Amino acid sequence: MRDAAMPGAWRHYRPSQAMIVVILTAIIFVTLSAALPGFLSVGNLFTLARGISILGILGLGMAVVVIGRGIDLSQIAILAVSAAIAVSLINAGLPEGPSLLIGLLIAVLAGILNGFLVSVIEIPPLFTTLASSLLLLGLTRALVVPHYQVFLEHSSDTLQALGGTVAGGLPVPVIVFAVCALLLHLFLSKTVLGHFIYAHGDNAEAARLAGIATRPLTMLEYGLSAAIGYVAGVVMVASTSLMHLQIAESTMIFDVILVVVLGGVSLVGGRGNVMSVIAGTLLIGVLLNAMTIMNLNIQVQNVIKGGVLLFAIVFDSYLHPRDDETAKQGD
Amino acid sequence: MRRLWYRISPQLLIGELLEKRWMEPAVPFLLMCAIFLAFVVAIPDYGSIQQLQQLMRSFPEQALVAMAMALSILSGGIDLSVGAVFAMANFIALYLAMVLELPVSVAFAGALAWGALIGAANGGLIAYAKTRPFLTTMVVLIVVRAFYELVTVAYATDLASAYVDNAAWDFVGIGDLLGVPVNMVCLLAVAFAAHFFLTRVKPGVHIMAVGSSRKAARHAGINVRLSLFLAYVLSGMLASFAGFLYAARQNSAGTDTGVGWEVNALAAAVVGGISLAGGRGSTSRALIGAAIIFLLINGLVQLGTHGSLTTASIGFLLLLAVGFNVKFVKHKSKILQKIYVSPTLVDFTPPPSIARDSGTVFAENDRLLDVEPIALGKIEGPEDVILDRNDNLYTVNRNGSIIRFLAPDYEIREEFARIGGRPLGLAMDKDENILACVAGMGVYGVRPDRSVFKVTDETTRSRFRLKDDSRLLLADDLDVAPDGRIFFSDASTRYDLADWALDGFEGRGNGRLVCHDPRSGKTSTVLKNLAFPNGVCVAHDGQSVYWVSTWLCRIYRYWIDGPRKGALEVLVDNLPGFPDNINRASDGTYWLALVGLRSPVYDLAMADPSFRVRMVKQIPPDEWLCPGINYGCVLKFNDKGEILESLWDPGATNHPTITSMREHKGYLYIGGLENNRIGRLPLPDADPGWTSWDSYYGDGTTPAAVTAPAPARKAG
Repeated sequence: MRDAAMPGAWRHYRPSQAMIVVILTAIIFVTLSAALPGFLSVGNLFTLARGISILGILGLGMAVVVIGRGIDLSQIAILAVSAAIAVSLINAGLPEGPSLLIGLLIAVLAGILNGFLVSVIEIPPLFTTLASSLLLLGLTRALVVPHYQVFLEHSSDTLQALGGTVAGGLPVPVIVFAVCALLLHLFLSKTVLGHFIYAHGDNAEAARLAGIATRPLTMLEYGLSAAIGYVAGVVMVASTSLMHLQIAESTMIFDVILVVVLGGVSLVGGRGNVMSVIAGTLLIGVLLNAMTIMNLNIQVQNVIKGGVLLFAIVFDSYLHPRDDETAKQGD
Repeated sequence: MRRLWYRISPQLLIGELLEKRWMEPAVPFLLMCAIFLAFVVAIPDYGSIQQLQQLMRSFPEQALVAMAMALSILSGGIDLSVGAVFAMANFIALYLAMVLELPVSVAFAGALAWGALIGAANGGLIAYAKTRPFLTTMVVLIVVRAFYELVTVAYATDLASAYVDNAAWDFVGIGDLLGVPVNMVCLLAVAFAAHFFLTRVKPGVHIMAVGSSRKAARHAGINVRLSLFLAYVLSGMLASFAGFLYAARQNSAGTDTGVGWEVNALAAAVVGGISLAGGRGSTSRALIGAAIIFLLINGLVQLGTHGSLTTASIGFLLLLAVGFNVKFVKHKSKILQKIYVSPTLVDFTPPPSIARDSGTVFAENDRLLDVEPIALGKIEGPEDVILDRNDNLYTVNRNGSIIRFLAPDYEIREEFARIGGRPLGLAMDKDENILACVAGMGVYGVRPDRSVFKVTDETTRSRFRLKDDSRLLLADDLDVAPDGRIFFSDASTRYDLADWALDGFEGRGNGRLVCHDPRSGKTSTVLKNLAFPNGVCVAHDGQSVYWVSTWLCRIYRYWIDGPRKGALEVLVDNLPGFPDNINRASDGTYWLALVGLRSPVYDLAMADPSFRVRMVKQIPPDEWLCPGINYGCVLKFNDKGEILESLWDPGATNHPTITSMREHKGYLYIGGLENNRIGRLPLPDADPGWTSWDSYYGDGTTPAAVTAPAPARKAG
């Protein structure tokens, strides 16, 4: 973005990673349209868009944390837990609004807890979020949701609308994704706090010395990630009337990391933006959809995704090498 | 009561405990015992032999996976793929042994080769492609897991229908050796080998070195990448060995085999006290950690706890252990620093006045005002001075050497010998060897031909004390008895020379009086728990040793010979300053240096240990109250404990920190720990022919004998 520069500088134009990914996506898209029957149908495209948008929303949340040089492996667990609790509350007869608000509160608190552990106790983010997802999931299953899934027994129109389509067949989740992306873009690029997050990820120590309160900032990052994740969770519930806790044990979190890393939000922090997430989302969404159409089973899909993610990580550490003599465990 | 509390301070115990290397694994070990005992109480028959055998049979696989995890963490990374590698190795061993009906050894080799392969993939990516260990191995975990699910589904019927009667296979799975399950024996053997590898074999030590500090390892010439690569290969092989044992024992490859084991292994390694920063930990800690997690899960299951609560507790334990680990590694030295200084109670009575017009013997005067400086600016910290029979002057220098100034004008300076350490007190033995107490080293000697020899550097270790005090930490001053025994003070066993003022601040009896007997070559502690024993001097009659306790401001007499041998008495109490070296005077009395002066504030602080505890905890060390050691004087006392006279340097511009003085042929030579000069003061009343060496070893005809009361010198 920064180097997409002035007129006359075109000879020095180097496409950003997001741009490359978008072009790559376009090529794959065209290839798949030609090769796979049924890929380029309006129905499939809307399915694709619906699937993509949830991944995209999650990717936005993850991007906030990754830009701040962290990672949130507990995002899906927080999503599942908070959404499941919200659904349980609605089932128990509580009005929809307060229930959803309580769910949001739980999600944000869990995120802030992550941020606290990372910034104050100084547990590396990977360990923190790995352990906190186990803790949250275990507690929720033991205390609130004894079975793996909760069905939304009676849904209101507003909630159903969130999972439906608008006129023309465009799925509402896509609109939610767009709104989230726009808001986050404004937050990251136009507000002081957004710039602080970049500074924090670029060089946490320098940011701290410059007077940024990095501890509350970390809590904000993780809280934001959890909150955005919760939005995705509500959209999921609205679409399927169901929250299944097992998604927290699935490989969904890796899809999210894949989206973020492929798009160009480097794990070294301080790099990338909302465009990167959108680009990554498009690529992964197309791939996932293609694999589903090709009727590959989950395991094969995992092997392929794993391969792509490994490639992405190697590529990322090649593009943005880190100093492994000063790196800390769990970076 | 209060005195007793401060004497055997629990803080002291904790402080010294924290310094012990075995303290860190001790905590998880106790935790393990506590968990086991808790379940023995809570679950009937938990401690029975059968139950124990059952536990031992299912423990090894998890322990091996935990060791695999521990190995990767010790190398500074992490290997999350261990659970999946374990599961896949289980399948491979089963397939080779049961479906293909190959010998057990082939199944074993196949499983290990698989582990090595995945380890090589991990290691290659992490060490050579420089990817992040956590994410890399996590992705490998997913890929391998997916692969495992694919093959187990594909070969499910083959595995289910296969049945081979293979004695060796069954022996590995369910056999015993002397009542101990075979896999437990395997685990112990592997653990022992791994420990040996990591601590005694070069590649293993290199792995630990890389984990401790990658940069230092690289600078030391270690092939960092190869070591990392090796660590992951070995980690994969350990996990696959666990898979092989599991295959032999269970004969099945279920869908949930090995699921979540990497988290358990991670928790085990961290709970066992293996630092996530790498390089800190051991195989035994991994085993202890694995036992804690294993017992916890096993016990909770037996108690019928909800499975998800077990998961939650693992997550919680992981957070707790990592948090504690991170904080402990970060703050250990700080905690130790805060807790190490453990002040005790010292009750002073107000000292005699030193005011000029007070009329006491300590009254300030100007007698050191016009002391002639020798070697001004040519010497740094002459703690002690001594002269040989040719009037040459020897002193110690801060850089660890003995410096000689040649008679008669002491203008020519030469380095007589280099010992190292920080030489302090000096003495001369019968053969005119110079003996020196060297802080941090012990007692050393220099022969007249300048060769250095060691007298002693250790003493008997005191029993029932955590800290190993067999080394001499701060040998301070010494003297030689008529029979050749060397008595010297080891001023503190808790602080070295750089922190000597802290010892005073603590006011505790940390020092000791030590005796080295050259005839037997043995060194033994004579008196212990002394508050900074400093100057040591053998009395003129050779029957007792005078020594001072600097922080208690006392002179003691310890009888080393004669009818009262072994008795200890306080000769002078309540000096107005902190006494240092003692040396003989020509008139049968003794010179005593005061290194600093007491002050009412300091005395008050010494009487209130809790005040000093607060000070240590709340303000930085350079602002702590310190003994006032910038003003000193020289005293003279006799065998009856009477102070005869005092020599002062008002303003202390010439000789602030007087630590020693030595009389020689009618002159007094003055040294100081921090001074840049040696002072020389003519003593008009003194015997102009008296030398210290003659006093100790002469034939008894020196004029000093006239005034000294019955000097019983031995010619031998």
